[in-house]
Amino acid sequence: MTLQSPLARARGLGSAKEGAHHWWMQRVTAVALVPLTILFIGLLAVCAGAGYEGFVALMRHPLVAAFMALVVGAGLYHMKLGVQVIVEDYVHHEGAKTALLLLLTLGTVALGTACLVSIVMLAF
Amino acid sequence: MAEGRARPLSPHLQVYRPQLTSVLSILHRATGFALAVGTLFLAWWLIAAAAGPDAYALVESFFGSWFGYLMLIGFSWALMYHLCNGIRHLAWDAGWGFDLAAAYASGWTVVAASFVFTALAWFAGLAIAG
Repeated sequence: MTLQSPLARARGLGSAKEGAHHWWMQRVTAVALVPLTILFIGLLAVCAGAGYEGFVALMRHPLVAAFMALVVGAGLYHMKLGVQVIVEDYVHHEGAKTALLLLLTLGTVALGTACLVSIVMLAF
Repeated sequence: MAEGRARPLSPHLQVYRPQLTSVLSILHRATGFALAVGTLFLAWWLIAAAAGPDAYALVESFFGSWFGYLMLIGFSWALMYHLCNGIRHLAWDAGWGFDLAAAYASGWTVVAASFVFTALAWFAGLAIAG
């Protein structure tokens, strides 16, 4: 017997209205990052000896710029979700936890914005 | 509580003998956190390239130092480990490889693969860099 309405059961959401969203997005970004990481390691290997001129020339290619934007997006999202769980598991003081989670969210968005602007600047 | 003796606590992690499964599990979290810190440095590299040659030269001199190399080696292994063990986790999410023998086999495979792939990436990188 359940106290949930049929609609609530169909939606599959808990009291926080998020249900498995965090868990699911961690998996979605993980699946995306499998090929992205392998290609990114290849890119790093190419960049190792390229120097400033070589790296800038590489980043000018639209495919490389698009690829880097995907790495930044999926990577930072995945990182944010993972660090969030670490904070929630180990920081027990309510105020410190809230402050760290706020810092994590704002910091991730700031870092992602700075990276995306850098990619656009390098591409044009 | 204020005047009472220290109350008994339930057994914590240190009473358990470390096993491959538990060690690899906490290592997944540890490497994930290390990669998060490393991501700040990768972002620095990307932003410096957009900022210009001087900022980029600073990044290159940092990563060219012995400490920079140590960080890069650690970062690359953490990345390979987290990638391989992440695929192991995705397989578990799909319901595969849950019995003990499979969990140990996949665990040792991940350990070996993380070192082999790290070595391969460095061979490739150094070969290209010349």
